[in-house]
Amino acid sequence: MSEHAAVGKLKQKFSDVVLDVVEFRGETTITVKKEQIVAVSTFLKEELGYNFLCDLCGVDYLGQSPRFMVVYNLYNIALKDRLRIKVPVEEKDAAVDTVSGVWSTANWPERECWDLMGITFNNHPDLRRILMPADWVGHPLRKDYPLQGPDREPYQGRLQ
Amino acid sequence: MGVEKTLGNNVLTTSLDKLVNWSRSRSLWPMTFGLACCAIEMMAAGAARFDLDRFGILFRASPRQSDVIIIAGTVTQKMLPVIQTVYEQMPEPKYVIAMGACACSGGIFDTYSTVQGIDQYLPVDVYIPGCPPRPEGLIYGINKLQEKIMAERNSFGSVIGFGERISS
Repeated sequence: MSEHAAVGKLKQKFSDVVLDVVEFRGETTITVKKEQIVAVSTFLKEELGYNFLCDLCGVDYLGQSPRFMVVYNLYNIALKDRLRIKVPVEEKDAAVDTVSGVWSTANWPERECWDLMGITFNNHPDLRRILMPADWVGHPLRKDYPLQGPDREPYQGRLQ
Repeated sequence: MGVEKTLGNNVLTTSLDKLVNWSRSRSLWPMTFGLACCAIEMMAAGAARFDLDRFGILFRASPRQSDVIIIAGTVTQKMLPVIQTVYEQMPEPKYVIAMGACACSGGIFDTYSTVQGIDQYLPVDVYIPGCPPRPEGLIYGINKLQEKIMAERNSFGSVIGFGERISS
């Protein structure tokens, strides 16, 4: 399958920002630098017509560096075309600029991502917890968060 | 509490207790409050096929009019303060039925976000196992609660200000 049309245009405009392009079963995933995510998002929305942010989520690759990825699933409603953008995030500096100024629907998914993954979104208009109780401590979807909670003995298996 | 003075046990008081217990147990009004899939079974139990109305059980939409709260489903840490508020808003005497594995013990959700049994926070009268329990199971549990209410002593005396209600 030929290269996705957006890849060439993105590489042309942001030659030093695109880190990696993966094509798998007709799905294109572009990894970009996190410093330029707002510029890339604006370009994708305004110039290439990806006017709908389907989902925004975080992934924890514990043990790898960079530890986190923020994934943006985009959709071009007019052309019925999908594109996935990924942004690597270091554990030490777990912060990405918000894209809620580009797609305003990003507001709540970014809150969810911060709530469960602990990835901060700079300049976010309302970065509060959205799923966990407001007084919760920690980010439970991180791989190193204990499943039974921090104040309980972890489950050792039924036979032990 | 049980050491307080009661009206005593004679033919008159026990008959009055029985009357009060009978009226309470035969008009158990549950709070309309569902949390998860157990609530679907609770609704099925309330609907035409199983028909809780024939036991005098009418779901009320206000805690102020409710006698029993059926904890029907998974209790999350985030929902817990809501449940506690609803329970506190119910007038005495009030009862709690823990319906299903999740309300009894957390069930399969052995995680940080789930309360491992509502009995850590509310005084549960009847536990109904099952995942979810069928409506027959819920009806059996309610019948057990009725038996428990019928066995209470000094329920008349406590109403007119003599001591506490004693549940066995």
